[in-house]
Amino acid sequence: MSAANRPTLVAGLVAILRRDLLLAFKRPGDVLNPLFFFAIVSTLFPLAIGPAPEQLVAIGPGVVWVAALLAMLISMNGMFLGDFEDGSLDQLILSPQPLPLLALGKTITHWLVSGLPLVLVSPLIAVTYQMPFDTIGVMMATLSLGTISLSLLGSVGAALTVGLNRGSALLSLLVLPLAMPILIFGARTVALAASNDVVSAGIYFLAAYCVLGLSLAPFATAAALRISNE
Amino acid sequence: MWTFFHKLASPPHFYDISARFIPWFAVLGLLLIGYGTVAGLFFAPADYQQGDAFRIIYVHVPAAYLSMMAYSIMAVSAAIGLIWRMKLAHAVAAGAAPLGAWFTFLALATGSIWGRPMWGTWWEWGDPRLTSELIMLFLYFGYMALRAAIDDTTKADKASAVLALVGAVNIPIIHFSVEWWSSLHQGPTLVREGGPAIEPAMLYPLLAMIFGFTFFFGALLLARVRTEVLSREHRARWVRNMMMGESA
Repeated sequence: MSAANRPTLVAGLVAILRRDLLLAFKRPGDVLNPLFFFAIVSTLFPLAIGPAPEQLVAIGPGVVWVAALLAMLISMNGMFLGDFEDGSLDQLILSPQPLPLLALGKTITHWLVSGLPLVLVSPLIAVTYQMPFDTIGVMMATLSLGTISLSLLGSVGAALTVGLNRGSALLSLLVLPLAMPILIFGARTVALAASNDVVSAGIYFLAAYCVLGLSLAPFATAAALRISNE
Repeated sequence: MWTFFHKLASPPHFYDISARFIPWFAVLGLLLIGYGTVAGLFFAPADYQQGDAFRIIYVHVPAAYLSMMAYSIMAVSAAIGLIWRMKLAHAVAAGAAPLGAWFTFLALATGSIWGRPMWGTWWEWGDPRLTSELIMLFLYFGYMALRAAIDDTTKADKASAVLALVGAVNIPIIHFSVEWWSSLHQGPTLVREGGPAIEPAMLYPLLAMIFGFTFFFGALLLARVRTEVLSREHRARWVRNMMMGESA
């Protein structure tokens, strides 16, 4: 192929975004199941701990964040699985487009399909935990930044474990320790917002982590995909 | 000088050289640990505040230091293995991980034993160093689990090397975030930074223990890497020759 009619980088990114979004919409269960999981996990805590409102207010930020983290974790496993099984991954690796770019495209789709819906549904759960209205805004901001970072971390973990049968439990073991800073800053920032404290530090941190992830994770994911697909 | 390092990368040469280093490391380690134990447990004065309970630092501090040292060794050799495709470096990373995990566990166990009389609790979530050490242990578990899950050695080497590097980028972030979190969590901190300057009679045994543990770790690491090299190269001619020669 001559340089003139080779598709541009943007075209490659758009193509993979379109394809993966289309695939996701053909299988709505993959999108909905993590959402239901998110809602169910958030229901478990009041049932286990008791309905006292002051307790629920205290644990609300933490519960929403832990539930979101677990829901993201569930959806991570499938990030490259279909492509690995049907051989599309070989084509992605062989394609003239740089693999980190394609990995970034797949990560963006993963966030659009699994992360963004969580952010949009989270206010419903927050309301049941009596979270004040202003705090809900902060919570959605931290969740947006945090879930992007989680998708990026997850893409590295999913790429490392894609060919392995024991993928799911192993993936949690790889990703959860690395995800702890996101959880700490996400949940603590929401708790600070609930007590009318300064929240900018936490949001800046999450944004910084997100930028770091966006710049480094695609390269690690691409390297991991090449290793897993050998 | 450089040829020394180049030769070191070849498994048979490493196997020879390391055999000569292990006894030195082991003897130095045992001597220093012996001196440190006796001096630390019997001759160092009791702390005016903590009494004899402080003596656990003679195990705790070296273990905590080695838990991080082992991760650095693992990450650096993983990078060398990935970049220069040096098989020996991967073997070093593989050998360092379980040792690092054990030292991390030792640091956690001694920390919590010390916490019992000092803080009145086995576990104090408010102490950032305890929490980040725990996350460190999980990172080691993840690394070893990934390595164990992949049957092909070359693939396991590369995949776990990527994980070690991702972890190495994250460790400073984890430490920082855990500190930020606990500073919000707690009013008065239980552990005072600095405090009174440590007395020489307490310091020298501690230094001896740190160096003794390091030599001990070095001897163990070399021994692990040697077995790792043997099992990876079991089809190679030099291994066969050596085994035949020794048994004959």
